[in-house]
Amino acid sequence: MQIRVDPDKCQGHNRCYMLAPELFDVDDYGYASHIGDGDVPGELEDKARLTRDNCPEHAITVVD
Amino acid sequence: MGETAARNWATDYELLDPSYVEDPWSVWDELRSTCPVAHTDRHDGSWMPTRYDDLVAIAQDVETFTSRSVAVMPPVPGSPVIRLPPIDSDPPEHHGARRLILPAFSPRRVRERDEPFARKLAAELIDGFIADGRVDAAVQYAQQIPPRVIAHMLGVPDDMSDTFVDWVRGILELGYEDADLRIRCRDATLEYFVELVGSRVENPGDDVVSELLAAEIDGRSVTPEDVIHTCVLLLIAGIDTTWSSIGSAIWHLAQHPGDRRRLVAEPELVPVAVEELLRAYSPVTMARIVSEPTVFRGCPMDAGDRVIMNFPAGNRDPEVFDDADKVIIDRAQNRHMAFGVGIHRCAGSNQARLEMRVAIEEWLARIPEFELEDPSAVTWAAGQVRGPRVLPVVF
Repeated sequence: MQIRVDPDKCQGHNRCYMLAPELFDVDDYGYASHIGDGDVPGELEDKARLTRDNCPEHAITVVD
Repeated sequence: MGETAARNWATDYELLDPSYVEDPWSVWDELRSTCPVAHTDRHDGSWMPTRYDDLVAIAQDVETFTSRSVAVMPPVPGSPVIRLPPIDSDPPEHHGARRLILPAFSPRRVRERDEPFARKLAAELIDGFIADGRVDAAVQYAQQIPPRVIAHMLGVPDDMSDTFVDWVRGILELGYEDADLRIRCRDATLEYFVELVGSRVENPGDDVVSELLAAEIDGRSVTPEDVIHTCVLLLIAGIDTTWSSIGSAIWHLAQHPGDRRRLVAEPELVPVAVEELLRAYSPVTMARIVSEPTVFRGCPMDAGDRVIMNFPAGNRDPEVFDDADKVIIDRAQNRHMAFGVGIHRCAGSNQARLEMRVAIEEWLARIPEFELEDPSAVTWAAGQVRGPRVLPVVF
């Protein structure tokens, strides 16, 4: 599984960072990006889907 | 207030109607299914969308729906306008003003600067009333937290907190029906920050005011005037909003022993519960001003028309949320818009949810069992911000 944050959509709500700091980091302005190459370890796949389903801007993509 | 009672919510809504203040939810349900973009001639006229998707569409279309005035009520005639960028600005001005304030509110900064302070503050407030077996949780708890967190952040004495509360209520809440009060409080706020910023220009300290003064926006130095307006915005946007959401959370938990006991047993669930309480009891309604004639969902809107951004109604939309009218304390899917959506997403949202989390955690750790002393004694603020203003609980 892979995650991506669309920087044009992210408005810095930080919902993903609060839910899964293992998968996302935020910059000094609060805008999010995936950590590393965006690969999601098997045990974090549910969390990855959860971040997608809680982003108010629909900025997170999860690709199986 | 009798004359303000609205007869037809689709064509004559009144946000200050006591029945709406008491129970806005049934009005939203009716409007969403019968007239999802309502209109009123009251308060110089406005439109009011109540569906989630319509609110998103308007929030995203910043060219047609500008933020040049975001108050739900028109300005008091004759009162001076105080600019509060970025909340009341549009691109391109919006961008720099937002870049100025965001670093002070990043999740990390908020956690490091505000969490220890907020936790100690909440504990001290509880120390002050726990032996009494009762408290007005709005006045003696919820109301006390945000102004002190902001005073701490700005590096000003704690004893300014009550004055800050008076000013913000005078501008946003009580000032609706008292124009003189609104103007007086706005002027006092501005004068205070002119002086404070002036003193920090002379003697910088380890505080957000000094940090803002030292910042640059797109290579340009920030002026003291920029910082004065930013400080007024932090105060106006950060006090009765968060105070209302903390109060609504306690109001809910007082009446729902199942939710309360679950959070006591599973404190790690509190951050998820905070999002659900923000969804179900969103305190903040904003506004937009139409820039050019447009037709939105069949409604002919003129340039200058006010649009009420009823984010709280969007958060109860059953098209988007299962069991939208039910608080599901561990709701997994929750794209709520309590902090708005789009480029004007509340810049202080991380600070607000941190204050809520800490306030709930500290309260439940010390007062796990409590209930409303008298449900009919609870009063609510209305208009731009909805939340309990009197909230007696016993424990």
